[in-house]
Amino acid sequence: MLLKAAQAGTLESNDILVAVMPGEKGAGIVIELKSIVLAQYGDSIRSVIRSACLDRKAEDVLIKANDRGALDCTIRARTEAALLRAIQKEAAL
Amino acid sequence: MELLRSMQFLPGNNPGMLQNGGVFEADAVILDLEDAVAPGEKDAARLLVAQALRYVDYGASRTVVRINTLDTFGISDLKAIIPCRPWAVMVPKVDSPGDIVRIVRQIEAEESPGQQPVRIIPLIETAKGLADALAIALADPRVAALAFGAEDYTASLGAQRTKSGQEILAARSGMVNAAAAAGIQAIDTPFTDVNDAAGLSEDTKLAKQLGFRGKLSINPRQIDQIHAVFNPSEDEVRWAKRVINAIKRGKAEGTGVVAVDGKMVDAPIVNRAERVLHLAVLVGVDQEELA
Repeated sequence: MLLKAAQAGTLESNDILVAVMPGEKGAGIVIELKSIVLAQYGDSIRSVIRSACLDRKAEDVLIKANDRGALDCTIRARTEAALLRAIQKEAAL
Repeated sequence: MELLRSMQFLPGNNPGMLQNGGVFEADAVILDLEDAVAPGEKDAARLLVAQALRYVDYGASRTVVRINTLDTFGISDLKAIIPCRPWAVMVPKVDSPGDIVRIVRQIEAEESPGQQPVRIIPLIETAKGLADALAIALADPRVAALAFGAEDYTASLGAQRTKSGQEILAARSGMVNAAAAAGIQAIDTPFTDVNDAAGLSEDTKLAKQLGFRGKLSINPRQIDQIHAVFNPSEDEVRWAKRVINAIKRGKAEGTGVVAVDGKMVDAPIVNRAERVLHLAVLVGVDQEELA
């Protein structure tokens, strides 16, 4: 799936800013994560982002996420919003 | 009838408020996709509210989503929100029964088999909406309550909004009458000065006196005060118990007419007493102690 760059979310507490952009061909889903709870929840946050990408059939995508203590449901919503915005940008071209 | 003393707005694009919305113990939370969300963030808020409905525990608070108007993002909102099973959707600027018919059609298209029917709470906030309030209330059995939005309403009149609210007195009475005629409850407009606790109390007392059963809340600090006004007072509960006991005694003794505190008790008085006791049970007032 081709993607344009897009983002969703904020840097306020309990939120996460998710930016998506096209990745290298064959690279799969690459996640660069910053989080205030990285040591404890980093794997869990990556897993939620990955799952949201797979649900939207996003392949070869680079995700840069800056987490401010978001719940899983917020991480999923922001990832979906960023992906949908990227897809809509692509469709609008 | 559902307990809707307080209905607390939560901004739909604010994860912190959405995830903590249940702790305020409002009778309902309104996850807001309309005024609280900037036009460019409607898509993100819709996804966030959908996730919140699925995974956040709102405790005893009923979940309501205020969607956007039908001519903007309302239909997209319903498509995303209805499968997440909110208790109700609040629809802004409802002008006619036709608006309700359109909403119902869309809800029915999105509901899954066996899903608890999603209720509708129309926001009456235009002159035309108020003029058609009874027809709107009767447009479909899903309509659970009428809510009043005085800011937009006074703007539609060209009237100045004041704290004393004289300019909305007739509208408030009209709302209550329309809701009562349809057998549903009326919910009052929010009190917008969140720093004026005394003003909120007075405004809520007036709403209760006029016949409203609840009030919209724009700050969690307002909830306890709103509940304090709408909860039956100890005196009201004692009076209601005296009425019901007098009626029971009258029946047992075969007396046609009974009196409480020197006043004749007839059917409307009994209805009011029963309503007070029902509300006392719902809000957990200990009636034994007040015997």
